Amino acid sequence: MKAFRIFGRNIRDAFKSVFRNFSLSLASISCITITLLVVAVSIILFYNVNNFTSLVEKDVTIVAFLDKNIKQDKIDEIETKIKTMSGVASYDFRSKDQIKEEMMESSSDFENIMKDWSSEENPLYNAIQVKVKDIEQINKIAKEIEDMEGVSIVKYGEGMVEQLIGAFDAVHKITIGLVIALIIVTAFLISNTIKITIFSRQREIEIMRLVGASNLNIKIPFIMEGLFLGAFGAIIPIIATIYGYTTIYHHFNGQLFSPFIKLLAPSPFMYYVSLILLGIGILVGMFGSWRAVRKYLKI
Amino acid sequence: MDLIRLRDVKKTYKTGVTAIQQMSLSIEKGDFVFLIGSTGCGKSTLIKMLYREEKPTSGQIIVGGIDVGKLRNGKVYKLRRKIGVVFQDFKLLPKATVYENVAFSLEVFGLPKDEIHSKVIKVLELVGLKHKIKNYPRQLSGGEQQRVAIARAIVNGPKLLICDEPTGNLDPNTSMEIMEVLDQINKLGTTIIMVTHDISIVKKMKKRTIRLQSGRILKDYAKGTFKDESI
Repeated sequence: MKAFRIFGRNIRDAFKSVFRNFSLSLASISCITITLLVVAVSIILFYNVNNFTSLVEKDVTIVAFLDKNIKQDKIDEIETKIKTMSGVASYDFRSKDQIKEEMMESSSDFENIMKDWSSEENPLYNAIQVKVKDIEQINKIAKEIEDMEGVSIVKYGEGMVEQLIGAFDAVHKITIGLVIALIIVTAFLISNTIKITIFSRQREIEIMRLVGASNLNIKIPFIMEGLFLGAFGAIIPIIATIYGYTTIYHHFNGQLFSPFIKLLAPSPFMYYVSLILLGIGILVGMFGSWRAVRKYLKI
Repeated sequence: MDLIRLRDVKKTYKTGVTAIQQMSLSIEKGDFVFLIGSTGCGKSTLIKMLYREEKPTSGQIIVGGIDVGKLRNGKVYKLRRKIGVVFQDFKLLPKATVYENVAFSLEVFGLPKDEIHSKVIKVLELVGLKHKIKNYPRQLSGGEQQRVAIARAIVNGPKLLICDEPTGNLDPNTSMEIMEVLDQINKLGTTIIMVTHDISIVKKMKKRTIRLQSGRILKDYAKGTFKDESI
């Protein structure tokens, strides 16, 4: 009960203090706001690249064309081999007749040409489409399939896929690095801003010590204050991101430049981003206050 | 029974200045003691050690059963809760009302609201400021601010009240009013140690008076025996 009362008072005092030291609070809040805005942009970029990468990765398929006159038992053997390969996510066998049907359905020109082909005359190949779990393994798996007896040609968009993988990887690393660096910089920036706030309140801390407040008693209101500053600082970035991203999303109809690059739908993505921003703001505010007040508790 | 006991206490600052030399002293519970002496004689160092703002270099200081020299930084608050301190510059929170300033020292204990309210009102009544609970320090006179500081220092019923030149910024009349408040607090059982430069107050109050010089006790006048021998 006593602990609850003290805790409640700490929250009340922290809240009061934010408004009583308004100009300094405003400095801390704007500092948090500005950095969180940049963090928000990085997070949005990061998740969209992530999403785009995984979409592309899902689309990349290895197509293995089988030998012309392959026997059914040989096909079964290849299928079993592919099934047991570790990096394979799924595979799909298409007989040359199936492929013929599909092509005929897709266009009337094909239909005119192909309708008279008997099963023996069909020049198409039986094929197996393979999707891989990890796009970085695609090269190795393609090679393994190609080496199998009964497989004549393997295609997976060589060259282009490798380049894409490299580009995604770079963007990925850069955005992660950017977000981490920004969070660290924000934490120290806020810590220093709050240090100025606390410096002007050294007297308050001195009096608290004098009347018998324990170090924890002194720290908690300041840390709570950091929490409030962080939360207030996150308000504008959250509103700006939700509004801004939703507008951009609708303006571009959910895709950037081409249907190939799809943006993440604002819901629930924006809720996550808001929560992340609020969380970063609060943690960074609390850390900053804690780091700043620590200095004044030594005698 | 002794509330404060110093045995062979020495204090040398990092700068090499020795402020207190081999001092032994005891102060009984319920006493009212003046500490006098010229500037730099060690008065402030002595009381700072009593509330553990400074640590003795050697020797032992016991305050209310606590060995002050051995108290760790993190435990200082335990001593502070048994002691009230009043300063020349009042040290009030400028952005808090009279009521909040006094209630502040009870809130850190986690007392219930009603209890805090009744204690604060009672102590503000004692110092004669009940009608100004909603004022801010800047709206009060020096004497009134000092009363708030005294109220804050005694609201949790400390055994010891340390006053560092509480009348230093006040005119003679106001000073005497403050002294009456302190005398009343002393009569209610709180031990008081007061540092002062104001000999007229010492003469009028007729309390035990200790004169310091160069970090030593020059003279310890028992109650009512003080004579002004400074010149």
